[in-house]
Amino acid sequence: MARYFTEEHEWIDVEGDSATVGITEYAQEQLGDIVFVEVPESGTMLDKGEEAAVVESVKAASEVFSPVSGEVNEGNSALEDEPALVNSSPEEEGWFFRITMTDTSELEGLMDSKAYKAFVDNL
Amino acid sequence: MSEEEALPLDDWHRAQGARMVGFAGYLMPIQYDGIIAEHRWTRESAGLFDVSHMGQLLLTGDSADAALETMVPGDIKRLGDGRMRYSLLLNDAGGIIDDLMVARRVDGIYIVVNGATKAGDIAHIEARLPDGVTLTHMTGEALIALQGPKAVDALSRIVPGVDTLYFMQAGGFDFNGVPLWISRSGYTGEDGFEISVPGQTATALAEALFDQPEVKPVGLGARDSLRLEAGLPLYGHDIDEETTPVAADLGFALSKRRREAGDFPGAERILQQREQGAIAKRVGLTLAGRQPVREGAPVLDAMGKAVGKVTSGGFSPSLMAPIAMAYVPVASAEPGSEITIEQRGKLFTATVTPMPFVPHHYHRPPKR
Repeated sequence: MARYFTEEHEWIDVEGDSATVGITEYAQEQLGDIVFVEVPESGTMLDKGEEAAVVESVKAASEVFSPVSGEVNEGNSALEDEPALVNSSPEEEGWFFRITMTDTSELEGLMDSKAYKAFVDNL
Repeated sequence: MSEEEALPLDDWHRAQGARMVGFAGYLMPIQYDGIIAEHRWTRESAGLFDVSHMGQLLLTGDSADAALETMVPGDIKRLGDGRMRYSLLLNDAGGIIDDLMVARRVDGIYIVVNGATKAGDIAHIEARLPDGVTLTHMTGEALIALQGPKAVDALSRIVPGVDTLYFMQAGGFDFNGVPLWISRSGYTGEDGFEISVPGQTATALAEALFDQPEVKPVGLGARDSLRLEAGLPLYGHDIDEETTPVAADLGFALSKRRREAGDFPGAERILQQREQGAIAKRVGLTLAGRQPVREGAPVLDAMGKAVGKVTSGGFSPSLMAPIAMAYVPVASAEPGSEITIEQRGKLFTATVTPMPFVPHHYHRPPKR
Protein backbone atom coordinates (compact mmCIF):
# COMPACT_ATOMS: atom_id res chain seq x y z
CA MET A 1 0.00 0.00 0.00
CA ALA A 2 1.25 3.47 -0.88
CA ARG A 3 0.35 6.75 0.77
CA TYR A 4 0.28 10.03 -1.16
CA PHE A 5 -0.40 13.60 -0.09
CA THR A 6 -1.94 16.69 -1.66
CA GLU A 7 -1.04 20.36 -1.26
CA GLU A 8 -4.48 20.77 0.36
CA HIS A 9 -3.30 18.48 3.18
CA GLU A 10 -5.27 15.37 2.32
CA TRP A 11 -3.69 11.93 2.46
CA ILE A 12 -4.71 9.02 0.25
CA ASP A 13 -3.83 5.37 0.84
CA VAL A 14 -3.88 3.39 -2.40
CA GLU A 15 -4.21 -0.34 -3.01
CA GLY A 16 -4.94 -1.22 -6.62
CA ASP A 17 -7.86 0.99 -7.65
CA SER A 18 -9.15 1.33 -4.06
CA ALA A 19 -8.20 4.28 -1.91
CA THR A 20 -8.89 5.75 1.53
CA VAL A 21 -8.82 9.52 2.02
CA GLY A 22 -8.36 11.68 5.11
CA ILE A 23 -6.71 14.89 6.26
CA THR A 24 -3.19 15.12 7.62
CA GLU A 25 -1.85 15.73 11.11
CA TYR A 26 -0.81 19.20 9.93
CA ALA A 27 -4.35 19.93 8.70
CA GLN A 28 -6.05 18.88 11.93
CA GLU A 29 -3.57 20.94 13.93
CA GLN A 30 -4.35 24.01 11.83
CA LEU A 31 -8.11 23.49 12.09
CA GLY A 32 -8.12 23.03 15.85
CA ASP A 33 -11.01 21.39 17.72
CA ILE A 34 -13.21 19.68 15.15
CA VAL A 35 -16.90 19.59 16.07
CA PHE A 36 -18.62 18.32 12.94
CA VAL A 37 -17.70 16.30 9.84
CA GLU A 38 -19.91 15.63 6.85
CA VAL A 39 -18.60 12.74 4.75
CA PRO A 40 -19.87 11.72 1.29
CA GLU A 41 -22.48 8.98 0.98
CA SER A 42 -21.60 5.73 -0.72
CA GLY A 43 -22.39 5.85 -4.41
CA THR A 44 -21.39 9.51 -4.72
CA MET A 45 -19.39 10.14 -7.91
CA LEU A 46 -16.53 12.55 -7.32
CA ASP A 47 -14.21 14.32 -9.74
CA LYS A 48 -10.62 15.01 -8.79
CA GLY A 49 -10.56 18.33 -6.92
CA GLU A 50 -14.29 18.28 -6.21
CA GLU A 51 -15.59 19.09 -2.74
CA ALA A 52 -16.06 15.75 -1.01
CA ALA A 53 -16.54 16.55 2.66
CA VAL A 54 -17.00 19.44 5.07
CA VAL A 55 -15.12 19.73 8.32
CA GLU A 56 -16.18 22.28 10.93
CA SER A 57 -14.04 23.51 13.79
CA VAL A 58 -15.35 25.72 16.60
CA LYS A 59 -14.46 28.74 14.54
CA ALA A 60 -14.74 27.92 10.84
CA ALA A 61 -15.85 25.52 8.12
CA SER A 62 -13.40 23.98 5.63
CA GLU A 63 -13.86 21.79 2.57
CA VAL A 64 -12.08 18.55 1.91
CA PHE A 65 -11.44 17.93 -1.79
CA SER A 66 -11.21 14.55 -3.42
CA PRO A 67 -7.61 13.95 -4.56
CA VAL A 68 -8.84 11.54 -7.27
CA SER A 69 -11.93 10.80 -9.37
CA GLY A 70 -14.12 7.82 -8.60
CA GLU A 71 -17.09 6.39 -6.76
CA VAL A 72 -17.38 6.60 -2.98
CA ASN A 73 -17.75 3.17 -1.35
CA GLU A 74 -18.09 4.30 2.22
CA GLY A 75 -17.96 7.41 4.38
CA ASN A 76 -16.54 7.04 7.88
CA SER A 77 -19.73 6.93 9.97
CA ALA A 78 -17.70 7.00 13.21
CA LEU A 79 -17.06 10.70 12.57
CA GLU A 80 -20.76 11.52 12.94
CA ASP A 81 -20.71 10.72 16.64
CA GLU A 82 -17.07 11.45 17.29
CA PRO A 83 -15.75 14.18 14.99
CA ALA A 84 -12.84 14.71 17.39
CA LEU A 85 -11.36 11.46 16.02
CA VAL A 86 -10.00 13.68 13.26
CA ASN A 87 -8.00 15.54 15.92
CA SER A 88 -6.86 12.49 17.87
CA SER A 89 -6.15 10.13 14.96
CA PRO A 90 -6.24 12.06 11.68
CA GLU A 91 -4.21 9.60 9.65
CA GLU A 92 -5.82 6.39 10.92
CA GLU A 93 -9.21 6.17 12.71
CA GLY A 94 -10.18 9.66 11.53
CA TRP A 95 -10.28 8.73 7.80
CA PHE A 96 -13.03 10.42 5.77
CA PHE A 97 -14.06 8.12 2.90
CA ARG A 98 -13.11 5.15 0.74
CA ILE A 99 -13.28 5.51 -3.02
CA THR A 100 -12.88 3.30 -6.12
CA MET A 101 -10.68 5.26 -8.50
CA THR A 102 -11.58 5.63 -12.15
CA ASP A 103 -8.17 6.92 -13.25
CA THR A 104 -5.11 5.85 -11.24
CA SER A 105 -2.91 8.10 -13.39
CA GLU A 106 -4.33 11.00 -11.34
CA LEU A 107 -1.99 9.88 -8.54
CA GLU A 108 1.02 10.96 -10.53
CA GLY A 109 1.01 14.60 -9.45
CA LEU A 110 0.72 13.79 -5.71
CA MET A 111 3.52 13.90 -3.14
CA ASP A 112 5.02 11.00 -1.20
CA SER A 113 5.53 11.38 2.56
CA LYS A 114 9.04 12.78 2.19
CA ALA A 115 7.96 15.40 -0.34
CA TYR A 116 4.93 16.30 1.79
CA LYS A 117 7.07 16.73 4.89
CA ALA A 118 9.35 19.10 2.96
CA PHE A 119 6.25 20.94 1.67
CA VAL A 120 4.88 21.43 5.21
CA ASP A 121 8.29 22.46 6.60
CA ASN A 122 8.32 25.28 4.05
CA LEU A 123 4.90 26.66 5.04
CA MET B 1 -2.49 46.55 4.81
CA SER B 2 0.94 47.11 6.30
CA GLU B 3 2.77 44.67 8.53
CA GLU B 4 1.01 43.72 11.73
CA GLU B 5 2.32 45.35 14.86
CA ALA B 6 3.53 43.38 17.88
CA LEU B 7 1.92 44.20 21.24
CA PRO B 8 3.78 44.34 24.60
CA LEU B 9 2.98 40.71 25.49
CA ASP B 10 4.08 39.28 22.12
CA ASP B 11 7.13 37.41 23.45
CA TRP B 12 5.19 36.13 26.44
CA HIS B 13 2.44 34.66 24.22
CA ARG B 14 5.01 32.88 22.05
CA ALA B 15 6.71 31.47 25.14
CA GLN B 16 3.32 30.04 26.19
CA GLY B 17 2.99 28.27 22.84
CA ALA B 18 0.43 30.61 21.30
CA ARG B 19 -0.44 30.51 17.64
CA MET B 20 -0.27 34.14 16.54
CA VAL B 21 -2.49 35.62 13.81
CA GLY B 22 -3.06 39.05 12.36
CA PHE B 23 -6.10 40.77 13.85
CA ALA B 24 -7.07 44.46 13.71
CA GLY B 25 -3.55 45.31 12.56
CA TYR B 26 -1.83 43.47 15.40
CA LEU B 27 -0.31 40.06 15.98
CA MET B 28 -2.61 38.38 18.47
CA PRO B 29 -2.78 34.92 20.08
CA ILE B 30 -5.65 32.93 18.53
CA GLN B 31 -5.12 29.88 20.72
CA TYR B 32 -2.73 28.05 23.04
CA ASP B 33 -4.00 24.58 24.09
CA GLY B 34 -7.11 24.60 21.92
CA ILE B 35 -10.29 26.65 21.82
CA ILE B 36 -12.53 24.15 23.63
CA ALA B 37 -10.05 23.55 26.49
CA GLU B 38 -9.41 27.29 26.91
CA HIS B 39 -13.13 28.06 26.74
CA ARG B 40 -13.96 25.56 29.47
CA TRP B 41 -11.05 26.69 31.63
CA THR B 42 -12.47 30.23 31.55
CA ARG B 43 -15.95 29.01 32.55
CA GLU B 44 -14.52 26.92 35.42
CA SER B 45 -11.45 28.80 36.62
CA ALA B 46 -9.77 31.93 35.20
CA GLY B 47 -8.59 32.82 31.69
CA LEU B 48 -6.01 35.50 30.96
CA PHE B 49 -6.73 37.42 27.74
CA ASP B 50 -4.51 39.99 26.07
CA VAL B 51 -6.81 42.62 24.59
CA SER B 52 -4.17 45.29 24.14
CA HIS B 53 -5.32 45.82 20.54
CA MET B 54 -8.34 47.66 21.90
CA GLY B 55 -8.20 51.45 22.06
CA GLN B 56 -7.94 53.11 25.46
CA LEU B 57 -8.92 56.77 25.32
CA LEU B 58 -9.09 59.49 27.93
CA LEU B 59 -11.27 62.57 27.55
CA THR B 60 -10.14 65.43 29.75
CA GLY B 61 -11.55 68.87 30.38
CA ASP B 62 -14.41 70.21 32.47
CA SER B 63 -17.16 69.29 30.03
CA ALA B 64 -15.72 65.96 28.82
CA ASP B 65 -18.84 64.10 29.92
CA ALA B 66 -21.18 66.54 28.18
CA ALA B 67 -19.06 66.39 25.03
CA LEU B 68 -19.25 62.60 24.91
CA GLU B 69 -23.01 62.72 25.43
CA THR B 70 -23.40 64.48 22.08
CA MET B 71 -22.13 61.27 20.42
CA VAL B 72 -23.65 58.46 22.52
CA PRO B 73 -27.12 57.70 23.97
CA GLY B 74 -25.92 56.91 27.50
CA ASP B 75 -26.13 59.05 30.63
CA ILE B 76 -22.48 60.03 31.08
CA LYS B 77 -22.96 63.23 33.10
CA ARG B 78 -24.46 61.29 36.00
CA LEU B 79 -21.94 58.49 35.82
CA GLY B 80 -20.37 58.44 39.27
CA ASP B 81 -16.67 58.19 40.06
CA GLY B 82 -15.44 54.66 39.43
CA ARG B 83 -18.65 53.67 37.65
CA MET B 84 -18.68 52.17 34.18
CA ARG B 85 -21.32 51.93 31.47
CA TYR B 86 -21.69 50.19 28.10
CA SER B 87 -22.50 52.68 25.38
CA LEU B 88 -22.64 53.16 21.62
CA LEU B 89 -21.03 55.67 19.31
CA LEU B 90 -23.88 56.57 16.93
CA ASN B 91 -24.01 58.23 13.53
CA ASP B 92 -26.70 60.76 12.62
CA ALA B 93 -28.92 58.00 11.24
CA GLY B 94 -28.75 56.11 14.53
CA GLY B 95 -26.38 53.47 13.12
CA ILE B 96 -23.69 52.09 15.39
CA ILE B 97 -20.16 53.37 14.68
CA ASP B 98 -18.77 51.34 17.57
CA ASP B 99 -19.69 49.92 20.95
CA LEU B 100 -17.62 51.01 23.90
CA MET B 101 -17.14 51.06 27.65
CA VAL B 102 -17.13 54.40 29.45
CA ALA B 103 -15.91 54.99 33.01
CA ARG B 104 -15.43 58.09 35.10
CA ARG B 105 -11.96 58.47 36.59
CA VAL B 106 -10.50 61.27 38.67
CA ASP B 107 -8.47 62.41 35.65
CA GLY B 108 -11.20 62.20 33.04
CA ILE B 109 -13.63 60.01 31.13
CA TYR B 110 -11.95 56.71 30.24
CA ILE B 111 -13.22 54.91 27.14
CA VAL B 112 -12.35 51.49 25.72
CA VAL B 113 -13.17 51.00 22.02
CA ASN B 114 -12.69 48.13 19.59
CA GLY B 115 -9.28 47.59 18.03
CA ALA B 116 -10.44 47.42 14.42
CA THR B 117 -12.43 50.65 14.71
CA LYS B 118 -10.28 52.77 17.00
CA ALA B 119 -8.68 54.98 14.33
CA GLY B 120 -12.11 55.91 12.93
CA ASP B 121 -13.55 56.39 16.42
CA ILE B 122 -10.76 58.78 17.39
CA ALA B 123 -11.26 60.84 14.23
CA HIS B 124 -15.02 60.89 14.79
CA ILE B 125 -14.75 61.96 18.44
CA GLU B 126 -12.00 64.55 17.93
CA ALA B 127 -13.98 66.23 15.15
CA ARG B 128 -16.85 66.75 17.60
CA LEU B 129 -15.01 67.88 20.72
CA PRO B 130 -15.51 71.46 21.89
CA ASP B 131 -12.61 73.70 22.88
CA GLY B 132 -11.32 72.74 26.28
CA VAL B 133 -11.90 68.98 25.92
CA THR B 134 -8.96 66.86 24.83
CA LEU B 135 -8.77 63.25 23.68
CA THR B 136 -5.67 61.26 24.58
CA HIS B 137 -5.08 57.88 22.92
CA MET B 138 -3.31 55.94 25.68
CA THR B 139 -1.01 54.03 23.33
CA GLY B 140 1.43 53.21 26.11
CA GLU B 141 -1.09 51.12 28.01
CA ALA B 142 -1.70 47.40 27.55
CA LEU B 143 -5.07 45.84 28.44
CA ILE B 144 -5.35 42.44 30.09
CA ALA B 145 -8.62 40.70 30.94
CA LEU B 146 -8.87 38.05 33.63
CA GLN B 147 -12.18 36.22 33.32
CA GLY B 148 -13.84 33.37 35.16
CA PRO B 149 -15.25 32.39 38.55
CA LYS B 150 -11.77 32.20 40.13
CA ALA B 151 -10.47 35.44 38.61
CA VAL B 152 -11.18 37.30 41.84
CA ASP B 153 -9.15 34.80 43.90
CA ALA B 154 -6.15 35.00 41.60
CA LEU B 155 -6.14 38.77 41.12
CA SER B 156 -6.77 39.57 44.81
CA ARG B 157 -3.54 37.81 45.73
CA ILE B 158 -1.54 40.10 43.46
CA VAL B 159 -3.60 43.27 43.69
CA PRO B 160 -5.28 43.42 47.12
CA GLY B 161 -8.62 45.18 47.22
CA VAL B 162 -10.00 44.32 43.78
CA ASP B 163 -12.56 42.04 45.45
CA THR B 164 -14.36 45.15 46.75
CA LEU B 165 -15.41 46.10 43.20
CA TYR B 166 -18.81 45.04 41.91
CA PHE B 167 -19.73 44.44 38.27
CA MET B 168 -19.28 47.63 36.22
CA GLN B 169 -17.25 49.36 38.91
CA ALA B 170 -13.65 50.41 38.47
CA GLY B 171 -10.79 52.03 40.31
CA GLY B 172 -7.09 52.73 40.57
CA PHE B 173 -4.89 50.03 42.14
CA ASP B 174 -1.22 49.38 42.68
CA PHE B 175 1.04 46.59 41.41
CA ASN B 176 4.59 46.81 42.80
CA GLY B 177 4.37 50.59 42.72
CA VAL B 178 2.90 50.70 39.20
CA PRO B 179 -0.58 52.24 38.88
CA LEU B 180 -3.26 50.04 37.36
CA TRP B 181 -6.81 50.93 36.32
CA ILE B 182 -9.02 47.93 36.96
CA SER B 183 -12.70 47.42 36.17
CA ARG B 184 -14.90 44.48 37.13
CA SER B 185 -16.17 43.75 33.65
CA GLY B 186 -15.48 41.62 30.60
CA TYR B 187 -16.67 39.97 27.43
CA THR B 188 -17.29 36.37 28.50
CA GLY B 189 -20.41 36.51 30.70
CA GLU B 190 -18.30 35.47 33.68
CA ASP B 191 -17.17 37.48 36.67
CA GLY B 192 -13.80 39.01 35.98
CA PHE B 193 -11.65 42.06 35.49
CA GLU B 194 -10.13 44.23 32.79
CA ILE B 195 -6.77 45.69 33.74
CA SER B 196 -5.15 48.69 32.11
CA VAL B 197 -1.40 48.44 32.72
CA PRO B 198 1.57 50.40 31.40
CA GLY B 199 3.02 48.46 28.45
CA GLN B 200 6.44 48.03 30.07
CA THR B 201 4.80 46.34 33.09
CA ALA B 202 2.43 44.10 31.12
CA THR B 203 4.74 41.10 31.00
CA ALA B 204 5.47 41.25 34.75
CA LEU B 205 1.74 41.40 35.46
CA ALA B 206 0.97 38.54 33.05
CA GLU B 207 3.71 36.46 34.73
CA ALA B 208 2.37 37.22 38.20
CA LEU B 209 -1.14 36.22 37.10
CA PHE B 210 0.09 33.10 35.31
CA ASP B 211 1.89 32.05 38.51
CA GLN B 212 -1.52 31.68 40.16
CA PRO B 213 -2.83 28.10 39.90
CA GLU B 214 -6.26 29.29 38.70
CA VAL B 215 -4.90 31.07 35.62
CA LYS B 216 -4.20 29.92 32.06
CA PRO B 217 -3.83 32.07 28.95
CA VAL B 218 -6.79 32.10 26.57
CA GLY B 219 -6.74 33.24 22.95
CA LEU B 220 -9.04 35.13 20.64
CA GLY B 221 -10.69 31.92 19.44
CA ALA B 222 -12.18 31.12 22.84
CA ARG B 223 -12.87 34.81 23.46
CA ASP B 224 -15.23 34.63 20.48
CA SER B 225 -16.97 31.41 21.54
CA LEU B 226 -17.34 32.73 25.11
CA ARG B 227 -18.89 36.03 24.07
CA LEU B 228 -21.23 34.24 21.65
CA GLU B 229 -22.51 31.99 24.45
CA ALA B 230 -22.92 35.12 26.59
CA GLY B 231 -25.06 36.71 23.86
CA LEU B 232 -22.71 39.68 23.53
CA PRO B 233 -22.50 41.28 20.07
CA LEU B 234 -19.22 41.60 18.18
CA TYR B 235 -18.74 44.88 16.37
CA GLY B 236 -18.39 44.59 12.60
CA HIS B 237 -20.35 41.33 12.67
CA ASP B 238 -23.49 41.57 14.83
CA ILE B 239 -23.63 45.35 14.89
CA ASP B 240 -22.42 48.00 12.45
CA GLU B 241 -23.40 51.35 10.94
CA GLU B 242 -26.43 49.72 9.28
CA THR B 243 -27.86 48.48 12.57
CA THR B 244 -29.52 50.63 15.23
CA PRO B 245 -29.53 49.99 18.99
CA VAL B 246 -33.18 48.88 18.78
CA ALA B 247 -32.63 46.41 15.93
CA ALA B 248 -29.52 45.14 17.73
CA ASP B 249 -31.59 44.58 20.91
CA LEU B 250 -29.30 46.93 22.83
CA GLY B 251 -32.10 49.16 24.10
CA PHE B 252 -30.61 49.05 27.60
CA ALA B 253 -27.84 51.35 26.30
CA LEU B 254 -30.42 54.12 25.78
CA SER B 255 -30.42 55.85 29.17
CA LYS B 256 -33.78 57.12 30.42
CA ARG B 257 -32.72 60.75 30.74
CA ARG B 258 -31.31 60.72 27.21
CA ARG B 259 -34.43 59.07 25.77
CA GLU B 260 -36.62 61.69 27.40
CA ALA B 261 -34.42 64.50 26.10
CA GLY B 262 -34.06 62.84 22.67
CA ASP B 263 -30.71 64.57 22.32
CA PHE B 264 -28.39 61.91 20.89
CA PRO B 265 -27.47 61.22 17.24
CA GLY B 266 -30.26 59.47 15.36
CA ALA B 267 -32.64 59.94 18.31
CA GLU B 268 -35.69 60.52 16.14
CA ARG B 269 -35.30 57.28 14.23
CA ILE B 270 -34.18 55.25 17.24
CA LEU B 271 -37.01 56.45 19.50
CA GLN B 272 -39.54 55.79 16.76
CA GLN B 273 -38.19 52.24 16.38
CA ARG B 274 -38.34 51.84 20.12
CA GLU B 275 -42.07 52.61 20.04
CA GLN B 276 -43.01 50.85 16.82
CA GLY B 277 -40.30 48.20 16.52
CA ALA B 278 -37.53 47.83 13.98
CA ILE B 279 -38.07 45.78 10.83
CA ALA B 280 -35.55 43.16 11.89
CA LYS B 281 -34.07 42.24 15.24
CA ARG B 282 -30.94 40.53 16.52
CA VAL B 283 -31.86 37.21 18.12
CA GLY B 284 -30.16 34.09 19.42
CA LEU B 285 -30.57 30.79 17.58
CA THR B 286 -30.08 27.19 18.58
CA LEU B 287 -29.87 24.37 16.05
CA ALA B 288 -30.43 20.64 16.22
CA GLY B 289 -27.53 18.34 15.41
CA ARG B 290 -23.92 19.43 15.52
CA GLN B 291 -23.28 21.42 12.36
CA PRO B 292 -22.89 25.16 12.95
CA VAL B 293 -24.28 27.84 10.65
CA ARG B 294 -21.82 30.62 9.99
CA GLU B 295 -21.77 34.37 9.56
CA GLY B 296 -23.37 35.42 6.27
CA ALA B 297 -25.76 32.49 5.87
CA PRO B 298 -29.15 33.87 4.76
CA VAL B 299 -32.37 33.50 6.76
CA LEU B 300 -35.16 32.44 4.36
CA ASP B 301 -38.90 33.02 4.50
CA ALA B 302 -41.47 30.41 3.49
CA MET B 303 -41.04 31.39 -0.17
CA GLY B 304 -37.28 30.90 -0.02
CA LYS B 305 -36.55 34.62 -0.10
CA ALA B 306 -33.71 35.99 2.03
CA VAL B 307 -35.19 38.07 4.85
CA GLY B 308 -32.26 38.16 7.26
CA LYS B 309 -28.84 36.74 7.91
CA VAL B 310 -26.64 35.03 10.43
CA THR B 311 -24.12 37.48 11.90
CA SER B 312 -22.21 35.11 14.21
CA GLY B 313 -22.34 31.36 14.30
CA GLY B 314 -20.30 28.67 15.89
CA PHE B 315 -20.19 25.70 18.17
CA SER B 316 -20.85 26.20 21.86
CA PRO B 317 -18.27 24.27 23.90
CA SER B 318 -20.48 24.60 27.01
CA LEU B 319 -23.65 23.29 25.37
CA MET B 320 -21.86 21.04 22.85
CA ALA B 321 -24.29 22.32 20.23
CA PRO B 322 -24.35 24.93 17.49
CA ILE B 323 -25.50 28.44 18.41
CA ALA B 324 -25.78 31.64 16.40
CA MET B 325 -26.91 35.23 16.31
CA ALA B 326 -28.98 36.46 13.38
CA TYR B 327 -31.17 39.32 12.26
CA VAL B 328 -34.67 38.02 11.59
CA PRO B 329 -37.95 39.80 10.77
CA VAL B 330 -39.66 40.98 13.94
CA ALA B 331 -42.57 38.60 13.29
CA SER B 332 -40.11 35.68 13.68
CA ALA B 333 -38.16 37.14 16.59
CA GLU B 334 -40.19 35.67 19.47
CA PRO B 335 -38.46 32.89 21.43
CA GLY B 336 -39.57 29.52 20.11
CA SER B 337 -40.07 30.75 16.53
CA GLU B 338 -38.59 28.38 13.98
CA ILE B 339 -36.66 29.88 11.11
CA THR B 340 -34.92 28.47 8.04
CA ILE B 341 -31.29 29.13 7.19
CA GLU B 342 -29.48 28.18 4.01
CA GLN B 343 -25.82 27.24 3.95
CA ARG B 344 -24.00 25.60 1.05
CA GLY B 345 -27.30 24.65 -0.55
CA LYS B 346 -28.48 22.88 2.60
CA LEU B 347 -31.45 24.05 4.70
CA PHE B 348 -31.22 24.23 8.49
CA THR B 349 -34.06 24.76 10.97
CA ALA B 350 -33.11 27.01 13.85
CA THR B 351 -35.12 28.00 16.93
CA VAL B 352 -35.11 31.53 18.29
CA THR B 353 -33.70 31.26 21.81
CA PRO B 354 -33.35 33.91 24.53
CA MET B 355 -29.80 35.07 25.14
CA PRO B 356 -27.50 34.56 26.93
CA PHE B 357 -27.22 30.94 25.86
CA VAL B 358 -25.17 30.30 29.01
CA PRO B 359 -26.18 32.29 32.13
CA HIS B 360 -24.13 35.33 33.09
CA HIS B 361 -22.29 35.15 36.40
CA TYR B 362 -21.61 38.79 37.14
CA HIS B 363 -20.69 39.94 40.63
CA ARG B 364 -23.52 42.39 41.21
CA PRO B 365 -24.10 44.44 44.35
CA PRO B 366 -26.60 42.89 46.78
CA LYS B 367 -30.17 44.07 46.27
CA ARG B 368 -31.30 46.51 48.91
